[in-house]
Amino acid sequence: MTASRMRSPLGRAIGLGSAKEGVEHWWLQRITAMALVPLGLWFVIAIVGLLGADLDTVREWVGHPLAAIVLVLTLIAAFYHAALGLQVVIEDYVHAEFTKLGLVIVARLSCFALAVAGIFAVLSMALGMTD
Amino acid sequence: MSAADRPLSPHLQIYRWQLTSVLSIFHRASGVVLSAGMILLVWWLVAAASGPDTYEAVEDFLGSWIGLLLLFGWTAALFYHLCNGIRHLVWDSGHALDLKSTYIGGWLVVAATAALTLIAWIAGIWRWIS
Repeated sequence: MTASRMRSPLGRAIGLGSAKEGVEHWWLQRITAMALVPLGLWFVIAIVGLLGADLDTVREWVGHPLAAIVLVLTLIAAFYHAALGLQVVIEDYVHAEFTKLGLVIVARLSCFALAVAGIFAVLSMALGMTD
Repeated sequence: MSAADRPLSPHLQIYRWQLTSVLSIFHRASGVVLSAGMILLVWWLVAAASGPDTYEAVEDFLGSWIGLLLLFGWTAALFYHLCNGIRHLVWDSGHALDLKSTYIGGWLVVAATAALTLIAWIAGIWRWIS
């Protein structure tokens, strides 16, 4: 018996099934995870090095092209990873359809907004837009 | 009996916890903690870009007891999620999936988290006072 015959007539009529996005979600979660291993370690070491520094030193460090690039990459990978992970947690524990959808949307938009804010802050220091 | 009144399985009061399931829950919990903690990171970056007054407010908050406590929790969560994340990536590659390996890997993650958190804070405090 072929796979299509395994479905009930009602199931076929409604046409619901996999949204075909699962693999990409799973894969991007792993890719961002792999990126975050070196990025996360670098970030902690960098922050430890900056402890006790004044604002000018912090700005100078963030403004260095290499640090700015790696910081932006870290922000992108971390917030992408967070958005995917938070979605899984919400989908597993929140069962009311409307609340679940709402929380997933809030989590996604918050991650996007925070990433944009962080990246803009880094760029403004790197490009000397601060006074 | 309505669905809400049915007994929970596992029965939490008499349930004997295992390292593997506890670490699995910690992985999710630390992920949520890290996500929330990144608000602090963005706040710090935006404040540094904004100016001395805003930056001073962040420094005061992070230097306070509650700020330091949050930072310590965030560091521990980061190292745990990082180490256990590597354990997950090993599993995803199809390795170390037997019971013995999951326990060895689990204890390794616990030890590495403690060691890395300690090293980071000793380095941080040493850097702070020097």
